[in-house]
Amino acid sequence: MPAPADRRYSPSHEWHKQDGDIITIGITQFAVDELTDVTYVDLPAKGKQLSAGKSFGEIESVKATSELYSAIAGEVIEANAALKDDPSLVNQDPYGKGWMIKVKAPGADLSSLLSAEQYNAKHS
Amino acid sequence: MAEIKHTPFYDFHVKCGAKMVDFAGWEMPLLYKGIIAEHEHTRTKASIFDVSHMGRLKFTGKDAEAFLERICTRNLAKGAVGQSMYSLVCNEAGGVLDDVIVSRFPDHLFMVCNASNREKLLGWFEKQKNGRNVNIEDQTFSTAMVAIQGPKAAEVLDSVLPDPLSDIKRYHFQTQRYMMMISFTVFRSGYTGEDGAEIVCGNSAAAMAVNFLLKGDGEHQLLQPAGLGARDTLRMEAGMPLYGHELGENGDPLSAGLGWAVDLNKDFIGAAALRKIQQDGLKQKLVGLFIDGPRAARQDMTVLKDGKPVGKVTSGATSPTLKRCIAMAYVDADCAAAGTVLSVDIRGNTVAATVTPLPFYKRPK
Repeated sequence: MPAPADRRYSPSHEWHKQDGDIITIGITQFAVDELTDVTYVDLPAKGKQLSAGKSFGEIESVKATSELYSAIAGEVIEANAALKDDPSLVNQDPYGKGWMIKVKAPGADLSSLLSAEQYNAKHS
Repeated sequence: MAEIKHTPFYDFHVKCGAKMVDFAGWEMPLLYKGIIAEHEHTRTKASIFDVSHMGRLKFTGKDAEAFLERICTRNLAKGAVGQSMYSLVCNEAGGVLDDVIVSRFPDHLFMVCNASNREKLLGWFEKQKNGRNVNIEDQTFSTAMVAIQGPKAAEVLDSVLPDPLSDIKRYHFQTQRYMMMISFTVFRSGYTGEDGAEIVCGNSAAAMAVNFLLKGDGEHQLLQPAGLGARDTLRMEAGMPLYGHELGENGDPLSAGLGWAVDLNKDFIGAAALRKIQQDGLKQKLVGLFIDGPRAARQDMTVLKDGKPVGKVTSGATSPTLKRCIAMAYVDADCAAAGTVLSVDIRGNTVAATVTPLPFYKRPK
């Protein structure tokens, strides 16, 4: 499944979707395919301050553990609670139900991230 | 870099949409549909694994037997024709060069070794020959090998093979013929903790064999392909060691709990060192750990007791069958008793871990 055009992509395979002041972050289909079956997602609590380029959590698959990175600074306003009960939502729907966190980041500039077209060209 | 190698089942993997990875220089299927699905299919029905990347070596010559007795820790003389034996190959210090299965044919001995160690072993064997009359034929590239594993493995195999699997006892084998022409050998062994067989045939018969096996049970679809990902979680649940994780040149078979495959009364390379290790008492032992919480422990993570390091994790994963985190680890001998509560440093978080007897999973009888 190609990366959708309505968001921007980091080289470490997180997508960032901007809706006004709120940025939703998740991981790409490519990342999911590399990870294999996701067994656990460790996400930050509401209120946590994120720094740009820093790890905000971890994702465990049956095969390996990886860090999750935010490309922007901001405050976590929500983590996807559904992933606690069913981490496989990340496998089933990485661009939808498998989202990870919503971050309040007014004026965040995502233009340095990859467009969907650029990301897809690198990771088809 | 050497060119990546393909098994005779490469086209089959691609056709099935496998995700391929480089494993010990071979392009192998990591998974087809998903590791957990393939794991569960193996535990409930039956799976076919391509294990053609593993080394297959044929030993002939009048000194072949004496040579292998010197190479292997196991007393091979106790094995009859038609029998397979798990053994270690050690260096002089008792370090593990590989773990292998040696099978006794009427006119030769046959060894299956790890893909990652095949070239190292061939070099080691060459050095150890010392003028003995032994000929080693590397059949890795002229033959193919598949494992059929799972509670329905016998049902699947019996629907296609001329002789029933029940004729072959565990760790025995039989060479059979199909349509009087194609010869293949069925070994009743495996690396999943399930019943099943490993089948070796000539390269040219490989593609036909896999189609035949997959179609053999008609519409039931009992048999599905499974990749290396599931193979790893299956062997972990079964408490089986993997070279590079539980076994290596810096470890010995006794600490790994494989004393049953080491005959210290026999003369073999590493025997003196292993006798000394035995006499001095084991410093560390391989144990199973149940880890609290949803985070898997991984290789090289530190095991602690009361905050002090007492060992290292060798393998770990979330067990698809038990739905909890399992790991294997080497820990100090005084921490190795079942029930001992230890902890593992999982990326800065100290998580409780309880020593538990291996295997984690035993198939229902």
